[in-house]
Parts: sequence; structure tokens; C-alpha cells
Amino acid sequence: MSYLDRQGEGGLYSWVTSTDHKRIGLLYLTVMTVLFWVAVALGIVMRLKHLSGGDFLISARAYNALFTVHGVIMVFMFVIPGLPAVFGNFFLPILIGAKDVSFPRLNLLSWWLFLTGACLAVLSLFTGSGAPDTGWTFYVPFSIRTGTNVSLAVFAAFVLGLSSILTGLNFITTIHRMRCEGMTWHRMPLFAWAIYSTGWIQVLATPIIGITLLLVILERAFGIGVFDPAKGGDPLLYQHLFWIYSHPAVYIMIVPAMGAVTEIIPTFARRCIFGYKAIAYSSLAIAALGSVVWAHHMFTSGMADLANIIFSLLTFLVAIPSAIKVFNWTATLYKGSVDMQPSMLYALTFVFLFSIGGLSGVMQGALGLNVHLHDTYWIVGHFHYVMFGGTGFAFFAALLYWFPKMFGKQYDPKPAYAAWALMFLGFNMLYGSFMALGYMGMPRRYFAHLPQFHSLHIAATVGSWALVAGLAVFYANLLIALRRGKPAEADPWGGKTLEWTLPSPPPPENFDKLPVVTEAPYHYNPKAPA
Amino acid sequence: MTSMDQEKGHIVEPAVLARVWGALVCLTIGLVSASLASPKLAVLAMLVITPAKAWLVFHYFMHLKYEGPLLKGMVLVALLTLVIFISMMFLDLGFR
Amino acid sequence: MSENGRRDYQGSKIGMWLFLFTELMLFGGLFILYSGYRSLHPESFHHASRELNVVLGVANTLVLLTSSLFAALALTSVQQGRHSDGAKWAWLTAGLGGVFLVVKAFEWGAKFSHGIYPGGKALLALPPGEGLFYGLYFTMTGLHGLHVLAGVVLLSVMALLVGKGRVHQGDCVVLENSGLYWHLVDVIWIFLLPLFYLAA
Repeated sequence: MSYLDRQGEGGLYSWVTSTDHKRIGLLYLTVMTVLFWVAVALGIVMRLKHLSGGDFLISARAYNALFTVHGVIMVFMFVIPGLPAVFGNFFLPILIGAKDVSFPRLNLLSWWLFLTGACLAVLSLFTGSGAPDTGWTFYVPFSIRTGTNVSLAVFAAFVLGLSSILTGLNFITTIHRMRCEGMTWHRMPLFAWAIYSTGWIQVLATPIIGITLLLVILERAFGIGVFDPAKGGDPLLYQHLFWIYSHPAVYIMIVPAMGAVTEIIPTFARRCIFGYKAIAYSSLAIAALGSVVWAHHMFTSGMADLANIIFSLLTFLVAIPSAIKVFNWTATLYKGSVDMQPSMLYALTFVFLFSIGGLSGVMQGALGLNVHLHDTYWIVGHFHYVMFGGTGFAFFAALLYWFPKMFGKQYDPKPAYAAWALMFLGFNMLYGSFMALGYMGMPRRYFAHLPQFHSLHIAATVGSWALVAGLAVFYANLLIALRRGKPAEADPWGGKTLEWTLPSPPPPENFDKLPVVTEAPYHYNPKAPA
Repeated sequence: MTSMDQEKGHIVEPAVLARVWGALVCLTIGLVSASLASPKLAVLAMLVITPAKAWLVFHYFMHLKYEGPLLKGMVLVALLTLVIFISMMFLDLGFR
Repeated sequence: MSENGRRDYQGSKIGMWLFLFTELMLFGGLFILYSGYRSLHPESFHHASRELNVVLGVANTLVLLTSSLFAALALTSVQQGRHSDGAKWAWLTAGLGGVFLVVKAFEWGAKFSHGIYPGGKALLALPPGEGLFYGLYFTMTGLHGLHVLAGVVLLSVMALLVGKGRVHQGDCVVLENSGLYWHLVDVIWIFLLPLFYLAA
């Protein structure tokens, strides 16, 4: 009997009240997939608009709402919670040899809060006086002046933040308290390390955005004045508070993605991970350093020069732990017997696209260049390389890697390869064009564009079609596998971590008898330093 | 792994708690009188006495004194993070 | 490391402390704003602070400090097996929390009656720095007041549970965690006192 069909517990009600971490992981996956497609659809409409430089298809107001809601959904409901909430929930307890997380009921509450936040965000589109049009950053003073439904959208983000905090809190406690016998810190799979680092950012940084968003609501409701320049408020302080969270949030998005990729690469290279400790501690280093670079989003906002220089320097430093990971992944492949299964292909694509995104980020960290690139399509291209090329592809890689374990079904690899080809091509056409456009001077969030930008806009839009076609093939393939896939073996990929010792799908409480761990993970070549 | 004290919670004697309360009240009086005396003293008192009061509450009322290094370290990380956030913002505000 | 499935006393406390960190950072955002605006408008902050009622502020501090003592005593009593004492101290803690809120209500009421409230005429007439001071004052003491209110409810529930024997010597981690929450609310007030009432 697996967790999917516990006796008498098959109905919807039993799912939405389940405290089983695996079921909660699937609940997140379901809601998130729906939201992801909603946001994809919004993005496609934006791209279609740019088939013409002027008025076309939608109004300028609708365009503002589109990029706002696309951003809010993608950032707060897909990329930030994506890997921790789905794969962290499903696999963290299993990877450390536990039967569940420390606080299973709190875990369920997190999901309900997530669902509530998501519903509120969608509701903000159709109620009040128009969909929010501020961009996902809710910058003051516009966000306190605009008549659109900003308060509800901001409150939705607040609730989603609470959900994220409780998840992080739960995971930190779980890792401290629930590891099975012999599972020392240095025997933990690296995905668990990544989730641990992420948990700390969630706990320490998210409350700052929580209070900032509450202040925006208070400002709109009562006019308390703290962000209102007319009353002496300083909009720059809003930007500080916003980015104190929202920059570390980038690492909430990327660190678990790196963790998942770190699980996948050794499995398909048949080699022990190179530099276990370097990867483990670089996660912590990213969490720490990433918390003190926030003001690089504000170089053109009129900060003090000293702040500009110091934050620029720190921004360069944060590239070091990320690069450590990239080098270690590459070194793991060296002399490995690489088996290019779909999930490995997606994981390596993550490394490639993330490197482009990361290195372009270092360029933006340079003060002089930043003035030229700030608020252009370059930035939009850059963060899509990190968030979609990075986190998105890692999410797909993790889904392909763990799908047989989660559902007990095996998918057909061929459509997954075809989907990859379409997505890779479309992705680079779309966001590569964005970076070129931005470098030439196309500002972000503009409804209209000048004739000299037209051909690249067309290229980007055509790329978006290929990308969406790839996504459709990807998801259709998995949906077909859910219904008609062959039963999966316990360890289809030859993985060496604890989840592969369980049947696919795992039983309700994971382990009948708690495992005893006696060696480091990924022991493919026992002679290599572990 | 952990001693009984940490596992089941340390018992702090009522007399200790009462003494801590007395110290907190004295510090409060000190703080108020310092701030009435002169503005400079007020700032100094705020920077010294207030954290001292908070430390007493953390240490005795919240039993941090009797906890293991893990919880102590966690509290330190959290407090340090907040201090770093505040001071780094002054890289901007202090030099505009 | 704990056995799975059994009640994990230390784990509950770690979880509670992590939650307290989030509370700390929630107020931390406001402390960041406060320090920022005070550095930008030092004179106005001094001036506006003089209008607050120091006596009420200090009185409320003593009320909260004492309530914190009672919360700690409640835990000690239950840990020592004196359950009726524990329930009594918990009720007293909640009661003092109520006193704090009543005093706070009078204080806010006095300000409101002078037109000092967000959007109020008297407040808008003040220089921007003083307006910011009051904006932060109402936000921070208001948010703190909500936390006190939640604490009063929490401590009352604890008192009931101890009274009914649901929380007892052998299983009192929820009482300890409620106490931790109450002490943190106290610590935040310890900082609010000098920032607002004694900044003149």
C-alpha cells in the first residue's frame, strides 16, 4: 500500500486534510502547476502584443496589469515556493531518514495559507477597481496612489510570505531533530543542505517584506505617511526594505534548485559528488552573502556613493560560492560514465543557463554598466535566465528525476527530449533577444516600442511560441505517464540516496523500520574522498 | 546527546526570577532618570541599559542561559542579521 | 536526535524560537525605518517625543515586566508540579496584559482627541518629521498591542489547560512556548519605551 491510496483515504477531502508530507508535496505541485500555466498565458499575451510596436491586441492599462500579475504569480507562487514546497516536502524527510517533518499539522497549514494567498491574488484581478498595475515590486509612491486593487494583491503576497516562513521553520527544525541514526550533517544529501540554507533565509528575511507590505496597506488605508513623500516619507527606504527580502528571495529560488541538480548529477555521472563539503558550505555562504547585497537593485535610485561602492563589491563576492558549485558539478562529470537521461539533460541545461544568468548578474553589479542596463530588457532577460533557465529547468529536471518515485509510473523519455529541444531553442530566442534589446536601450515594462527594436521583438515572440510548445509537450508527456505509464522500479536510475531504497511510490510512513546510515551519500566510487 | 535539563526544560527557582525582575525594575528606573538628566546620557542609557534588560529577559525568563549551544547560536545569528541589516542601511542614509 | 513519532520537547522549542525570530524581524523592519527616519529628522523626533506621556509609558513597562515575571513563575510552578499555582500565575499574566491594553487605549484616546491620528488635522499640520514619528508610533505600538492581545488570549488558554490538567508537569512544552512568546513581546516593548517615550 502506498501513500497515494491509503485505505479509505482516496477522496479529495482526505488529500486536503492530510498531514503526510508526501501528499502535501503533491498538493503544492497541483496548485503550482495551475498557477504556472496561468502566468505563462499572461506572458504569452504580452509577447503577442509586441508583434506590433504600437496599440495592438490589448490596452496599455491591461498591459500594466499583465506584467504585474505575471510577475506576482511567477515570483511568489511558483519560483519561490517551487522546489522547497514540492520536492522539499516530498523528499526532505525521506532523504534524512524520517517518517515526516517535525510539525506535520503546521505543514498542512502552510499549504492552506498558500492556497489562500493564491486565491486572493487571483481575486485581486477581478475585484475592486482594476487589476494591480504597479509591477511585482509594488514600488511607492505609485503603489500608494494608484486606484487599482493593490491592497488585496499586497495582502495576498503577505499571506504567501507567511506560508513560506512556516515551511522554512518546519524544515530547519526537521533537519535538526529528525535525522535517522548515523545521518550526521556530513552524510546528509546535498539537497537537504540546500533546503536548510534556504530555510534560514525564509525565516530571517521574509518577515521584513511582510511588514513592508503591511505598511503599504496601512499607507493606503490610513495614510500613516511612512512611505509618502508628501508627508516626509522616503520612498528609498521602501526600496531598502523591499530588497532586504527580495534579493535574498532570489536565493530562496536558486539554492534549492542547485540542491536538486546536485542530487541528479552524481546519479547520472555514476560518480561520487566532487567537493561535498564545498557544495554544502557554499549553500550557507550564498545564504549569508546573498543577504547583504540587496542595494544593487538601487544603484540608480540616488543612494549615497559609499553605499553604491560597497554593495557593488559585495555583489561581486556573491558570485564566488555560486561558481564553487558550478566547478564542482563540472568536476563531478569528469571521467564519469555519463548517462544522458532526460533529467540529466535538464540538469546540465540548468548549469549552462544559470551560468549565463549568473555572469550577466556580475556585469550588472558593476556600477558604470549598471546605469546603462538598469530597467531595460537586459535585466528582464538576466533574471529570466536565472529564474526560468535556472530554477525553472532545475524544477523540470527534479520532476523528471523523482517522477517515478513520486507516482510509481515511468514516463516515455523521447517526448521529454523533444520538449527539451523546443524549450531550449525557444528560451534562448526569447530571453537572448531580451538581453540584446536591453543592451540596445529598450526599457522594460513599456507598452510601445520603437521601430529599431521591432525585429528583435518579433524574434522574441516567435521564441516564446517554441518555448510554450516545449512546455506543453513536457507536461502532456507526464500527464500521459500518470495515466498509462509503466510501473516504475524502486531505483530506476541507480541512485544511492535513501529515497531509492523505498518502493515507488513510497508507503504512507516512508520507512517501516528507520534506516541506519553508515556512509556518505553518492558512494559510487568508494576510493574518492567523500 | 543532550542532557536531561535541555530535554525536559530547566527549572528556574522563583527566587531567581524575582531577583531578575528586581534588576529589570531598577534598570528601568535608571533608564528613565538618565534620559531626564541630559540628552547625551539618554542616548547612552538607551544603547546600554535597553540591551541589558533584553539580555536579562532572554537569559533568565526565556531560559536561554540553560539551553545548549545550538539555540544560543541560533539566537545570535538572528540578532546579528538584524544588526547587519540596520547598519548596512546606514551605508546609504549616513553618507547621502 | 529524537526518535520519530515521539513528542519532541527540544524540537518544539527550536520551532518556537524560529517563530520568535520571524517576530523579531517583523518588528525589525520597523526598527530599521525608525532608525532611518530618526537619523533624517533628529530634531522633530525629539520634539514629538516630548508630547508622549512618559508616566503612562513607564507604568506600562512595569506592568509588562511584572507580567513577564508571572509568566515565568507559571512555568516554574507547573514544572515543580504545583499546578493550581501555575494556573493562577497564567491568569495573572493574562490579566496584566489586559491592564497594559487598557492603559494603551487611554493613551491613544488622548492623542486622538487632540487630532493626532493618521490623517488627522493636527497631525497633518505638524512638520513632516513629527508626522513620521507619530506614523511610526501608531504603527509600532499598534502592532505591539495586537501581539499583546494575542498573548492575552494565548495565556488565558494556557491557564485553562493547566487548570483542566491538559498541561501538566510531564507535558508542558506548550506552556513554555507560550511563555517564550510573551517574553518576546515584553522585550519588544523594552525597546519601544526608550525609542518613543524617552527620545525627548
